[in-house]
Amino acid sequence: MEFFKYRGTLDFMKRANLAIAISMILSIVAYVLIGTKGLNYGIDFEGGTIVQVQYKQEAPVQKMREVLASNHLYDGAVISKFGSDDEVIIRMKTSSTNVGKDIGDITREMLKPTGDFEIRRVDMVGPAVGSELRTKGITAMLLAVLGILVYVAFRFEWRFAVASIVSLVHDISIAIGFIIFFNVEVNLDVLAALLTLLGYSLNDTIIIFDRIREGIEGSNENSFKEVINDSITRTLSRTVLTSLMTFLVVFTLYMFGGEIIHPFSYTMLIGVVIGTYSSIFVAAPMLLWFGFDVTKYRTKLADAKKRDIEKDKMRSQFEGGVV
Amino acid sequence: MKFNYRIIIFAISIVFAIVYSVPSIFQTKEGAKITLGLDLQGGLHLLLGVKTDEAVVSRVKSIASSVKHYTEHNEILVDSLSITASTVDFTLLDHDDAKNITKLFADMKGVKVDTKGDTYTISLTPEEIAKTKTQAVTQAIETIRNRLDQFGLSEPIVARQGEDKILVELPGIKTQEEEQRARELISRSAKLELMAVDEGRGARVSTLTPLDASNMGDEILQDAQSPEVKHLVHEIPILDGGMLTDARVEFDKNNRPVISFTLNSEGAQIFGDFTAKNVGNHLAIVLDGKVYSAPVINERIGGGSGQISGNYTMEGAQDLAIALRSGALLAPIYVMEKRSIGPSLGADSIHASMMALYTGLFLVFAFMMFYYRLAGVIANVALVVNLLLIIAIMALFGATLTLPGMAGIVLTVGMAVDSNVIISERIRELLNQGMSLKKAIQGGYSNAMSSIVDSNITTLIASIVLYVYGTGTIKGFAITITIGITVSMLTAILGTHGIYDLLEKKVDKADDNHLWFGMKDK
Repeated sequence: MEFFKYRGTLDFMKRANLAIAISMILSIVAYVLIGTKGLNYGIDFEGGTIVQVQYKQEAPVQKMREVLASNHLYDGAVISKFGSDDEVIIRMKTSSTNVGKDIGDITREMLKPTGDFEIRRVDMVGPAVGSELRTKGITAMLLAVLGILVYVAFRFEWRFAVASIVSLVHDISIAIGFIIFFNVEVNLDVLAALLTLLGYSLNDTIIIFDRIREGIEGSNENSFKEVINDSITRTLSRTVLTSLMTFLVVFTLYMFGGEIIHPFSYTMLIGVVIGTYSSIFVAAPMLLWFGFDVTKYRTKLADAKKRDIEKDKMRSQFEGGVV
Repeated sequence: MKFNYRIIIFAISIVFAIVYSVPSIFQTKEGAKITLGLDLQGGLHLLLGVKTDEAVVSRVKSIASSVKHYTEHNEILVDSLSITASTVDFTLLDHDDAKNITKLFADMKGVKVDTKGDTYTISLTPEEIAKTKTQAVTQAIETIRNRLDQFGLSEPIVARQGEDKILVELPGIKTQEEEQRARELISRSAKLELMAVDEGRGARVSTLTPLDASNMGDEILQDAQSPEVKHLVHEIPILDGGMLTDARVEFDKNNRPVISFTLNSEGAQIFGDFTAKNVGNHLAIVLDGKVYSAPVINERIGGGSGQISGNYTMEGAQDLAIALRSGALLAPIYVMEKRSIGPSLGADSIHASMMALYTGLFLVFAFMMFYYRLAGVIANVALVVNLLLIIAIMALFGATLTLPGMAGIVLTVGMAVDSNVIISERIRELLNQGMSLKKAIQGGYSNAMSSIVDSNITTLIASIVLYVYGTGTIKGFAITITIGITVSMLTAILGTHGIYDLLEKKVDKADDNHLWFGMKDK
């Protein structure tokens, strides 16, 4: 089976302006969302309590609300269905510090009149831990970006590094925009998904960059634009196949992985699509705009090679005792 | 045939993968297995803080106790012995005792004594305060560990986290009720104090405010059985639970459980002295700030033992005895973070993620086979070995598998075949240029190498950062994805290459590019 057969270079860069326009709009929308609505931080970063209750029958949400309303502890608590009809989750901004008797125990006692149930999960994060996790999360994100920047600059060239970082920021921003738009709760696992996304999105980018570098060094094509188009075309099959397969496994995770893993798989799902798109339509055009001159680069390479040969010659002459 | 080092390494890793993954997969009795995280097997995760300031307060209190005992024992008359948040103050009535009292200070460590005439102020040095605080955390860890060991749960984890936090992990808790009992046990301060009842003013206790009492050097305490009953006791205890050597459950005349305790020799001495001097007075047995009984002292009590009676259930009495035996918490603890997962939810999560893994694996298998034919089958073999190796390595290092970790494994399925896709695409390119199968394979591998390594390394950078900065179950994700990607370089690159080398003769003769790499035209 072959989806894509190489029948000549496709002109991706022709569409670059349109792509950038789409990217700009999506990014701006994302930033507006970040500025206005903001991220819906879960208890990991904000502190609070989650109690997951499973009933033997359909969960009596209305009755639960009435019962819990009598206690101030549950002011502002949100009760919502979780995955199925018999399972609910109670979210609170409050947390308690008492070890012996906590919100979980109180909830268990208060809900007794509402029916036959089991408390399956109690997550409680105090404010101090929440803010610590947030600092750690932001540090992790920055460090990952920095590490990748250094590696790409070392392996390629600074322009490649900057282009890949721009596309990373692009991916993360838009992914966050979607997270806000669909009101996904941001917990530690969403952060993990975003970090994985950093690595994944770069995966695609690097493979295209690698091909571009190969094109610069190995072909006679002098137009950088053509080198880029050719490289994207030749890697297109791989890009689409891998993305498709990753998308498939993330999709199965989303479908079958259970309610708890949903925010993670959802973030990954968006990320895989954006990451693939940005490698072709954001990272590569960036290189073009940075004004990379293929012939100059080749001269530089040739010079370096000449120097190496010269050096070798000198060395052999020196060793041979000629000099 | 030349020496095929690739297939040998691959074969060794297959053997390794099978040997070390079998115990985890089939749950055999012997052999190292993967530990399941609390989110998968169910259990309680607690991050506790320690109120170290209160340890300092009780340190001050115990200094006051020794001043009191020393002065009484040596018949030194002092006036207005009192305590503040960080100091003990008293005044000597007879200036001639000044020499005697300095002997007491000589035995005390980490204190500073200020004198103003005959008024003495004992305060803790800053170093001593810092030391007391660290000790409070260390002692809390030991106490909690002792209590949990005696509670009979399997493999509890109690560890210091950062400077003043305590991590407690209890796998295998089945119900919320059981969890609450464990939490009550570890949080109980179990502070036993024997205190003297203020006989003179005791009758007026109902008219006094706590402030009045404190001004007189007294303290108002609640009765444990009937909360409306109040007791007025001297705020400086005769002795505390630190001098306790044993606590056991016994039964009283009415066959109700009581806790009997034994004091060490120093405690027995102090207790004996006190009871000898206070015949006819009341002695209050105070536990965690509540008076459990206040019997009349009939005679000097030697031997240093006593009883706490309350309306205990057998279970309650046992837990209390454990708490007393393992020592009081010097400072109260509080919850900073709690994650509690019921075993049924854990089982559901395992089921769901296995379902995702099988489906994902099936889709990738099918896709690779249809798209790349033989090359796809070879890639699938490598993928299976990759998964087994993840399990084997995790089992060998005793790593913990969490729910995000399962997600990491599922994701690895998608990412690991990427290498094979890249290689196969490169090979197809060369085949399209009319190269022979054998040459195309060699060329494909060498062309693909730099892309694969570069792209894997960037993913590794992100996952290592995640491992270092991630907490709790997220670390599990970083672990599986890191192992998965690293191993994929062995299986998907070296392993599959080895298989082609092994099939060298067939490759030499082959002319069916459709069969080998799924290409349309031969």
